[in-house]
Amino acid sequence: MITVEGVSHRLGERRALDRVTVSFAEHRVGVIGANGSGKSTFARLLNGLIVPDSGRVTVDGLSTARDGREIRRKVGFVFTDPDAQIVMPTVAEDVAFGLRRSGLPRAEIARRVTEVLARFGLAGFGDRPAHLLSGGEKQLLALCSVLVTEPATVVCDEPTTLLDLRNARLIGQLLVGLPQRLVLVTHDLVMLADFDRVLVFDDGRLVADGVPAVAAAHYRELMR
Amino acid sequence: MTTVGLYHPGTSVLHRLPAGAKLAGLAAGITVLLLLEDLRWLGAAATAIVVLHAVARVPARLAIAQVRPLLWFVIFLLAVQLLLTDWQGALSVVLTLVLSVALAGLVTLTTRVSAMLDVVESLLGPLRRVGVRPDRVGLVLALTVRGVPVIAGIAGTVRDAHRARGATLRPWALLVPVLVRVLRHADALGDALAARGADDDADVAAPPRS
Ligand SMILES: Nc1ncnc2c1ncn2[C@@H]1O[C@H](COP(=O)(O)OP(=O)(O)OP(=O)(O)O)[C@@H](O)[C@H]1O
Ligand SMILES: [Mg+2]
Repeated sequence: MITVEGVSHRLGERRALDRVTVSFAEHRVGVIGANGSGKSTFARLLNGLIVPDSGRVTVDGLSTARDGREIRRKVGFVFTDPDAQIVMPTVAEDVAFGLRRSGLPRAEIARRVTEVLARFGLAGFGDRPAHLLSGGEKQLLALCSVLVTEPATVVCDEPTTLLDLRNARLIGQLLVGLPQRLVLVTHDLVMLADFDRVLVFDDGRLVADGVPAVAAAHYRELMR
Repeated sequence: MTTVGLYHPGTSVLHRLPAGAKLAGLAAGITVLLLLEDLRWLGAAATAIVVLHAVARVPARLAIAQVRPLLWFVIFLLAVQLLLTDWQGALSVVLTLVLSVALAGLVTLTTRVSAMLDVVESLLGPLRRVGVRPDRVGLVLALTVRGVPVIAGIAGTVRDAHRARGATLRPWALLVPVLVRVLRHADALGDALAARGADDDADVAAPPRS
């Protein structure tokens, strides 16, 4: 269960979120809204990257303000730009990065890295320099690096925006197929068709919340 | 695309040797190279280094790429040395430099960055008492290695954008847009590191090493 209670947050002069209250336990939740409506700010609340000026956010009973470290272990985050998420020079090293402090033996880390790379179509890429991967492969790598730590929830902020149609579909399908709880920020309404619930943001406020068809209709109305 | 300083996967003896041993060997090798002046000995050292590359099965193209950045400097150095000493002396200085870099290149080609970081971190371990965080130093080094192609990519994109608009190429005109993008990248990278918990061990005691 993720709960957001009366959250307001300023970024510079701008009120990026304005008294947002929502809670959800669904498996797949979408977030849509115009550019600048506060979607990314909302997503960042969920793993404590942003601690709100007022209000509180909890994930499975843990408060993002107090238990940041545990929250980040439980909530993985995939960003838009795959290049900016890769921190190590080669593919396997990057995936292993999140396990460096896990205390797991080296062999076990290597096993998990190989396993997750194979699961997402990057088998045999382990020793490749990360910067030579294609955009789609980089985003797959970012996803592997997040999933290797086995978070219970994955939050994605427009993970397919920079990808071509084929890679966008591939990543989209992989995300939707994840056993983890998924919170997906996107401008791609088609991707949300099978979601359990979709939140619509406008100017920092949560203005609609419901099944995909209803939320999408509301969003289209806003865009006119 | 530059291939300097990148791991070249393999299973040779050199690949399997512990990173610490290779770094110690590199230090010893460079010391020896610095002591050698006789061209015959330097020739023997060159042969040994070529053999080591063959043992590691490093393609010649990659090996040459490690020393190619030295080209202009070597020409300059050779010219200066020729003014100062005889040709044997000049050749000896240049060979020492090129062979040292080739040897260092061989170590980077056969060692994963993460293995190198482990060595750096354990060497810095004793400094923990005076407040140095070895894992932080390691992370900074890794990010530096990772940053080179990223910044090269950014510079390439900005240059292409200028060309596409038909602008004549003036390097200083590229400086500001490149800098802006690099800073934006750094910002995003900081977020990604935070999201991946890189900050989170800052407030706990160093975990026991296995
Ligand atoms: N560091 C900042 N300083 C000032 N204002 C900011 C800052 N970061 C974001 N904003 C503003 O806060 C508002 C909400 O931003 P947010 O990134 O959450 O929007 P978004 O819905 O994700 O938009 P997009 O669809 O473009 O990604 C925007 O108006 C944005 O301009
Ligand atoms: Mg956004």
